[in-house]
Amino acid sequence: MIEVEDLACRFGNFEAVKGITFHVAPGEVFAFLGPNGAGKTTTIKMLTTLLRPTRGSIRIDGLDPATHSSDVRRRFGIVFQDPSLDSILTGMENLELHAALYGVPRALRRERIEKLLKQFELWDKRDIATAKYSGGMKRRLEIVRGFLHTPKVLFLDEPTLGLDPQSRHQLWNHVRAVNQAEGVTVFLTTHYMDEAERVAHRIAIVDHGGIVALGTLAELKEQTGTDSLEAAFLKLTGTTVRDETASNADRMRQFMQAWRR
Amino acid sequence: MSAIYILWLRALKHFVRSKAQIVSSLGQPLLYLLALGFGLGPVFQRAGQGSYIQFMAPGVICMTVLFSATFSGIGLIWDRQFGFLKETLVAPVPRLAVMLGRTLGGATVALLQGLMVLLLCLVVGFRPTSILAVPEALLYMALIAIVFCALGTAIGSRLENMQAFPMVTSFLMMPLYFLSGALYPLQGLPGPMKYVTAANPLAYGVDGVRGALIGTWHFNPGMDIIVLLAVGALFVILGAWSFSRIQA
Repeated sequence: MIEVEDLACRFGNFEAVKGITFHVAPGEVFAFLGPNGAGKTTTIKMLTTLLRPTRGSIRIDGLDPATHSSDVRRRFGIVFQDPSLDSILTGMENLELHAALYGVPRALRRERIEKLLKQFELWDKRDIATAKYSGGMKRRLEIVRGFLHTPKVLFLDEPTLGLDPQSRHQLWNHVRAVNQAEGVTVFLTTHYMDEAERVAHRIAIVDHGGIVALGTLAELKEQTGTDSLEAAFLKLTGTTVRDETASNADRMRQFMQAWRR
Repeated sequence: MSAIYILWLRALKHFVRSKAQIVSSLGQPLLYLLALGFGLGPVFQRAGQGSYIQFMAPGVICMTVLFSATFSGIGLIWDRQFGFLKETLVAPVPRLAVMLGRTLGGATVALLQGLMVLLLCLVVGFRPTSILAVPEALLYMALIAIVFCALGTAIGSRLENMQAFPMVTSFLMMPLYFLSGALYPLQGLPGPMKYVTAANPLAYGVDGVRGALIGTWHFNPGMDIIVLLAVGALFVILGAWSFSRIQA
């Protein structure tokens, strides 16, 4: 479903992704596990047509995102690392907007929205502005939205960032349920090892823009001679703490928070 | 097509739901009308130019449309900041449709605000030549709205943060407004001012709205429409191009 060969991306002198190769099978749950700044988000941006690779090739369901961007966009749903809901619109309106952008037939729209909202326990809150949603509710709504147009692949970029354990637990249950019920391929990034361990069929451990290990949980443990994913992860990526410089978006957010006070 | 419609509808919903914005958008025009209208009125009258409220009300309406349209264009950096922009950038619709939906939405909101200020002008004593003048004035207001919403989109596509916002206001919006003939007649300006105002697209919008409402023209209706259409087309192309280059 996702075929990536020798993919690389360079920003000026900095090579964020350094020639990675991997394949994700249809219906698989595949995790990118790595520390901050490992190149996870850059990879997702390239896979989802938001960033042009400097080198290498990508196929999503057999199509190249660079030349067939619209066809590829119809085939995937995405939950971004940062929230991307319209906070003034209600949950329902956010979904209707998405359905219109993705050309979901009107007859199908209502039915699918209702089914997914009920499944994700948001149906009762559908007419409330999303500004009033909790962090977990927002995330769930974003997953419903990403899933609304029946994509073949669902990209989740650190979807549980900032959620409490209960919400994280619930969110992954939902993701597994849709993966099993509709056979959607799931590509997720995370730096929580327990999450990768719990939901992913296969895990790629990434660091410094490269894949340092790839396999099932058992394979990773065997490769590193360790007994847990955490031990394997630390053995492969070291124990130094990574400092990320604040991105423009981060700085703007800080500025806005100061300004609103 | 449905993408353009849904983004237009979104702009309207945002407008209707932000009561504070609606009220505060009437504050500045009201201040201009009362402070300048009644403050400078007697001087204007003594200079033999007739009622100042009659003269400046169309200018204040244009100011409202100018500010509302430009700000909603630039407002796309809020969407970038709060993440919603990405949702539209990965959607399987051309960027042009997204840009047009946003621009038409912002322009419609600006037009509605202009209409509200027109009503406010009627309350403080402004009288158009006839009720039939209003639809004609709305045409010019709509053109102003599109021109400056597209310009705002072009600017907003290039800004990465809010710091530049006050700069845009003081170095673009205020000069556009004060050099448009909104507050004083363009006749008999000294040399350089004459050229600056003639190069200001808003001057043609103000002329059109004023001409439609009170029958006084500096240029003429045909020229106003042609200039606004041409500049509008140019800015929509510029805005669409800038918008298409946004990297998420």
